[in-house]
Amino acid sequence: MPKTAYYIPIGPIHPALKEPIRVEAEVEGERIVRVDVKRGFAHRGIEYMGMKRNAIQTLYLSERICGICSISHPYAFVVTAEKALGIEAPPRAQYIRPIIAELERIHSHILWLGVIAHEMGFDSLLFWTWKGREKVLDLLELLTGNRINYSVYMIGGVRRDLKESHIKAIKDAITYYWKFTEQMKEIILSDPVYKARTRGVAQLSKEMALKLNVVGPVARAAGIRMDIRQDMPYDAYADIDVRAVVPQDIVGEAKGDAYDITMVRIYEIEQSLDIIEYCVDNLPEGKILAIPNYPALLAKIRRTKGEAIGAHEAPRGEVVHYLKFDGRDGPSVWKVIAPSYNNINSWAPLLLGAEVADIPIVVAYIDPCMCCNDRVALLKTPEGKVLGYEYIHKKAVEKTRKIEKEVRG
Amino acid sequence: MPTKAMFLFLKQLVERPFTNPFPVKHAPKNVTALIDKVQRGEAEINPPVPVPEGFRGKLKYTPERCIGCRLCILVCPANAMEWIPELKKIRHYVSRCMFCALCVDVCPGKKFPGEEKAVKALRMSDEFLLADYNKYSDNLIEEPPEAKEMGV
Repeated sequence: MPKTAYYIPIGPIHPALKEPIRVEAEVEGERIVRVDVKRGFAHRGIEYMGMKRNAIQTLYLSERICGICSISHPYAFVVTAEKALGIEAPPRAQYIRPIIAELERIHSHILWLGVIAHEMGFDSLLFWTWKGREKVLDLLELLTGNRINYSVYMIGGVRRDLKESHIKAIKDAITYYWKFTEQMKEIILSDPVYKARTRGVAQLSKEMALKLNVVGPVARAAGIRMDIRQDMPYDAYADIDVRAVVPQDIVGEAKGDAYDITMVRIYEIEQSLDIIEYCVDNLPEGKILAIPNYPALLAKIRRTKGEAIGAHEAPRGEVVHYLKFDGRDGPSVWKVIAPSYNNINSWAPLLLGAEVADIPIVVAYIDPCMCCNDRVALLKTPEGKVLGYEYIHKKAVEKTRKIEKEVRG
Repeated sequence: MPTKAMFLFLKQLVERPFTNPFPVKHAPKNVTALIDKVQRGEAEINPPVPVPEGFRGKLKYTPERCIGCRLCILVCPANAMEWIPELKKIRHYVSRCMFCALCVDVCPGKKFPGEEKAVKALRMSDEFLLADYNKYSDNLIEEPPEAKEMGV
């Protein structure tokens, strides 16, 4: 019988996917011979909404860009806005911000470890890791008031101060997580089943990683020393001297596969614990907001003109925001780049030649976030020509007129 | 080959469950009967897990303390506040609220005679069980009582 290639479309709506994306694969037997990734199903036009609101409203809107890491986008937003407006957060706020951000990194990385275990079919590990994640979510609820969507940052500081009882809770959690990461290293990294399932799967070489422009833990697992906290330090990170966690520092060589990325993420949890410990021990005294009065802050924004680019190292990679203030109380231009946009580029080359059973691991190992990555929507003709804004607008007006005529008779 | 993970997971079998307990251990045959029993004090259910101090729950509004400055409307990211021009007070839709507590931060409040400090008209409560069939039900709208009587 001749070999036949089967066409497998997955998504945009599919039980295996948590968020909408489309992967079109052609398989010969178990081997994938052609693959295409199509994205753009979760575009919500958040930037456009933000350009119509004031800066405080936009900051809390930016929290809704990502579904799971609700502090990375506000962090990049406040860093950018402070640069553009010339406001400097008080030292105490600059130390509280990294504590919240690093706690979030811990919860996001543990979540990923559970997800990858689930994709491998190792569900007891999923529930065990997520059991460990509860502690940091409870701590975040204590510090900020909610388990997720913390709403704690403000342009020029933070909204909630750390009390003595909070610091004690943070220290307890740090002791708990030192133990927990030791256990995770034993259970995940030295487990023969886990090793067999991830060694050599989703392998991204350093050259390929540079070519595909991947960011965050994916790039670090491939051996590239890049980390926004190290390259462009902001807030308290400038005092801490953060170094990118790369596998060659841990085991001597970087392979860039799913096993290496697991290792990078577990060691990054330890790095986060170190950062939190430092911030808590060296927490300066003082106020927490540069301009405590919000109407005064909005008035200052209305008076100031300026633009800036700022970045934050989110759990998934670098988040870049661009803001321009131009005589309005909100941004007149707001542009967001999310890490998943770069990282999803690695799917197609990694899936090519892989086996069907590897698809979940390749898809999950970058920790994709579709709602982060869809930042623009393009309309194409069947021939592949991109339609311009003026043309779409003209057509929309024409259609409205047509409907108007039908309705009015 | 026994691995470390196996021992850990086997150990979990004899440990207490980590998850929060359900209200009752087993699903009751008749839920309404159970609720009646609990209300009469004949049966007991596990209470919900307490929320920490500073939890941002349902917003509570005290109209007497409201001075009508509209700052909460200015900062609310979700546009959950509505201005009632007839009363110079606000109406808050809990179904639109995103629980950021910005309005609480910005509220100047009002000082009654004899009080030392102004008390805010808005505050966050501990209430988080907000499920309802109707998003405009009385439970999910905070407004001055006069607003309903006047029909504004």
